[in-house]
Amino acid sequence: MNFGFNEEQELLRSTARKFFDNECASETVRKLMDGPEGMTPDLWKKIAEQGWTGLIFPDEHGGMGLGFVDLVVLMEEMGRSVVPGPFFSTVLLGGLAIREAGTDAQKKAWLPKISSGDARATLAWMEPSAELGAGGITLQAAAKGAGFTLDGTKLFVHDAHTADVIVVAARTSSGQNPPAGGQNPPAGGQNPEDGVSLFLVPKGTPGLSVTLLPTMDQTRKLCEVGLKDVALGADALMGQAGSGWAPLARVIDRATVALCAEMCGGAQKVLEMTVEYAKIRQAFGRPIGSYQGVKHKAADMLVDVENSKSITYYAAWAMDEGVPEGQLAVSMAKAYVSDAYRRVSGAGIQLHGGIGFTWEHDLHLYFKRAKGSEFTFGDATWHRERVAQLVNL
Amino acid sequence: MDFALTPEQTSFRDEVRSWLAKNLPKDWSDRMRVGSDVPRPEVYDFLRTWQRKMYDAGFMGLTWPKDYGGRGLTFMEEMIFQEQIALAKAPPVLNILAIGMAGPTIIAYGTEEQKRRYPAKMLSCEEIWCQGYSEPNSGSDLASLQTRAEKVGDHYVVNGQKVWTSIAHQADWMMLLARTDGKAEKHKGITYFLLDMHSPGVTVKPLKQITGDDEFNEVYFDNVKVPEANILGGLNNGWAVGMTTLMYERLALGFGLQVRLRIALDGLVDLAKRTKKNGAPATQDPNVRQKLAQMWIDTEVFKYTGARAVTKLLKGELPGPEASAGKMMWVEGHQRLQELAMELQGPYSQLGRGSRWAVDGGVWQYSYLRSRANSIEGGTTEIQKNIIGERVLGLPKG
Ligand SMILES: Cc1cc2nc3c(=O)[nH]c(=O)nc-3n(C[C@H](O)[C@H](O)[C@H](O)COP(=O)(O)OP(=O)(O)OC[C@H]3O[C@@H](n4cnc5c(N)ncnc54)[C@H](O)[C@@H]3O)c2cc1C
Ligand SMILES: Cc1cc2nc3c(=O)[nH]c(=O)nc-3n(C[C@H](O)[C@H](O)[C@H](O)COP(=O)(O)OP(=O)(O)OC[C@H]3O[C@@H](n4cnc5c(N)ncnc54)[C@H](O)[C@@H]3O)c2cc1C
Repeated sequence: MNFGFNEEQELLRSTARKFFDNECASETVRKLMDGPEGMTPDLWKKIAEQGWTGLIFPDEHGGMGLGFVDLVVLMEEMGRSVVPGPFFSTVLLGGLAIREAGTDAQKKAWLPKISSGDARATLAWMEPSAELGAGGITLQAAAKGAGFTLDGTKLFVHDAHTADVIVVAARTSSGQNPPAGGQNPPAGGQNPEDGVSLFLVPKGTPGLSVTLLPTMDQTRKLCEVGLKDVALGADALMGQAGSGWAPLARVIDRATVALCAEMCGGAQKVLEMTVEYAKIRQAFGRPIGSYQGVKHKAADMLVDVENSKSITYYAAWAMDEGVPEGQLAVSMAKAYVSDAYRRVSGAGIQLHGGIGFTWEHDLHLYFKRAKGSEFTFGDATWHRERVAQLVNL
Repeated sequence: MDFALTPEQTSFRDEVRSWLAKNLPKDWSDRMRVGSDVPRPEVYDFLRTWQRKMYDAGFMGLTWPKDYGGRGLTFMEEMIFQEQIALAKAPPVLNILAIGMAGPTIIAYGTEEQKRRYPAKMLSCEEIWCQGYSEPNSGSDLASLQTRAEKVGDHYVVNGQKVWTSIAHQADWMMLLARTDGKAEKHKGITYFLLDMHSPGVTVKPLKQITGDDEFNEVYFDNVKVPEANILGGLNNGWAVGMTTLMYERLALGFGLQVRLRIALDGLVDLAKRTKKNGAPATQDPNVRQKLAQMWIDTEVFKYTGARAVTKLLKGELPGPEASAGKMMWVEGHQRLQELAMELQGPYSQLGRGSRWAVDGGVWQYSYLRSRANSIEGGTTEIQKNIIGERVLGLPKG
C-alpha cells in the first residue's frame, strides 16, 4: 500500500503551484471574473501548452493519458488559486463525456482539439427541476428522419457561452426497459435511466440559444441553454440511443471527484491564509492566534482539510482502478468535502474579522466557490442518502 | 498511489483470516455486535486468554523486532491484521497500554537488557502494564507532576500519588513519571521509571467510574524502592521519553480505534435495522439515514487519513503531532455514534442492565457512558487542539 503521491505527481504539483501563482494571482482572477468569459485566450493557451487540457485524454487523441490521481493534483492547485474559466467544463464535463460516450469519429473530431486547447466543450445536463437523477432529464429528442429534433431547456450549464460544442443529455424514450443486471424496476415500473441519450451540439447550431446567468461565485460562469427545434443529424448521437445514462453517470462521478480535489485545494489555501493572519494580527496586545478561541477553530479547520484530502484521494484512486465501491467513494467524498469546505471557508472569514468581509480580501472568492461547489453534482445531504443506499441501510 | 496488497501481504491476510475463522470465540462476537468497545472488568480473564492465544499464533507485536518477541514486520502487516480483526469483530487486546505505549517506548529508549526483559512478556500478557502519568494536581499540565523519586544508594525511593490509573489493580508494571530534580525547570527534572507494581509501599485503590465499574485507580507510593536499572532513557530525560509514549499512544489509537469504531458502527447499523420507528425499521427514516450515512463516511475518512499516516511511517517518517488530529476525530466520531445509539432507543435508552426491557441487555448504556471519557483520557480534546494549533500550524502559545 502506498497512500501518497509519486515523484512525477509531486513535480506536477510544484509546477502547477508555480504556474498559477505567476499566471493566475488574485489580481488576474479578479479581472477574469469580471469579464463574461472568465478566461483570456493567452492564459488558456498557456494552460494548454502545459498539456493540462489533455491530461486525462489518451495519447492517440493528443492527450497525456494520465489518471485521476494525477488530475487530483492539478485540480487542487487550480482550486487553491480559484482559477476561473472553462477548464473544468471543457475537460471534466464536455471532454470527459466525449471520451466516455463518443463514437470513434466524435472522439477523433473533438478530443485532439480539446487536448490542444483549440476547442472548448461543456455538458448540458441539469434542467430547471434541478433534479440530479436520470429522472431529471426530460428535454425531448424526437427521432426525425435519420436524425433528431431537440426541444427544451437546460440550466446550470458551465461555460456554455464560450463552448465550441455542448454535450446535451436528452430523452429519446420514456424509459420502458427494465434496469440492466436483473434489478427490480423502480416504483411505477418505469426506469428513468433508460431512454437517456447524449448528443453533440456544436456552437451556432440553429435553434440553440445560450444565456449567461449572474452567479454568486463570479469565477464560475453558468448558463441557461435553450434548444428550440434543434435539428441534428444521426452523427450527433453519442453511442446508442437510449443508453446514455451509464456513461453520463460515469462522467458525473469523475467530475465530482475532480471538483472535490479543487475544493480541497481551496480549503487548504484558506487555512494557510488564516493561520498566517492569526500569527501577525494583534488584539489585546497579542497575536490572535495565541487565543484558544482562534487556535482551536484553526485546529478544526486543519482536521477538515486533511480529511477532505484523504477521502478525495481515495475516490480518485477508486476511479482509476475501477473498483466496485467507486460510486460509494465518490459520494463519501462529495458529502464530506461539501460540508468541510463550507465550514473552513466560513471560519476563514470569521477569524479574519472585519477585513475578511471586504471585497478586497480574497476570502470571499473561496467562500463563494465553496457554496457553488456544494450544490454542483449534489450536496452533502443528497450524497449521504446515496451512501445510505449503497451500503444497504 | 496504490492500495493493492503484494502476494506476501495477501497470504498474510489469508493467514490471519483463516486463523480468526477457526479461533474466534463465538459468544464474544455476539457481544461485540452491540457496540461495547472497551474491555470490562468482568471479561479481563477471558481477554487475557484471548491475547495469549493471539500471541501463540504469532499475531502480537507484528512490527516489533524479532529479538524482542515481535515478528519484525511492517506497519502494513499491522494494518492488515487490524482490518481483519475489525471484519471478524474480534475482542480487544487487554494489555493495550503495554503494547500501544510501553513496549514501543522501551524498544526506542531501552537498554539491551530492558529490551530483552520486558516486551515479550507484554505480548504474551504475562505482565500487564499501566500508565502512571496523571496526578491529582497534574493532568493536562503533566509536567507539573509532584511524585518524587530520590536516589538512595543504587536505587530510587518513590513517594507520591497517581490518579486515574487505568487497570492499575490488574497491573504488574507501571510506566512511572516522577520528579528526580526539584530544582530544574519543570520539564527537565522528570525521569521515566519502569516500576514493579508488586513492590512494597505501592497501594492501589480502585475508583468507581460513572459507568459503575472500577476501571481506573488511585495509586499511592510510600517509600517504594525502584532499582536504578529501571530508569528508561536516562535520568531527567523523562519528559522526552514520556512524550514518545504519548506519540505512540496516539498512533496506536490511529490503528486500533479505527477498528473499534468500525465494529461499533456495524453494531449501530444492526441496532437501527432492528429498531422500529413509525412501524418501519429505523433505517428507513430519512433523518436516521442521514446520520448513519455521516457516521459511515466519517469512519471511512478516519481510515484513509490513518492510511496516509501509515504511508509516511512506511517511508520511514516518524508519527508527528498530526496523530493528535486522529485522536480528536475518533473521539468526536465515537461520542456521536454512542449518542445516536441512544437516540435510536428513545425512551428505552433510560433502561440499563438488569431490566428485561433494556435493549441488548443494557450494553449500549455502558458504552454511551464510557464514551464520555474518550475526550479526556489520553489528553483532552482541548489539549489536542492546542497541539495541532501550536505544533502543526505553528500558532503562538497562549
Ligand atoms: C458588516 C460590518 C459592519 C461593521 N460596522 C461597524 C460600525 O458601524 N462601527 C464600528 O465601529 N465597527 C463596525 N464594524 C467592525 C466590527 O466591530 C469589527 O470588525 C469587530 O469588532 C472585529 O474586529 P476586527 O475586524 O478588528 O477583527 P479582530 O479583532 O482582528 O479579530 C480577528 C479574529 O480574532 C478573534 N479575536 C480577537 N481577539 C480575540 C480574543 N481575545 N479571544 C478570542 N478571539 C479573538 C476575533 O473574534 C476574530 O475572529 C463592522 C464590521 C462589519 C463586518
Ligand atoms: C477513563 C480514564 C482513564 C484514564 N487513564 C489514565 C491512565 O491510565 N494513566 C494516566 O496517567 N492518566 C489517565 N487518565 C487521566 C487523563 O490523562 C487526564 O484526566 C487528562 O489528561 C486530563 O487531566 P485532568 O483530569 O487533570 O483534567 P485538567 O487538566 O484539570 O483539565 C480540566 C479541563 O480543563 C481543560 N484544560 C486544561 N488545560 C487546558 C489548556 N491549556 N487549554 C485548554 N483547556 C485546558 C481540559 O481540557 C479539561 O476540559 C485517565 C482518564 C480517564 C477519564
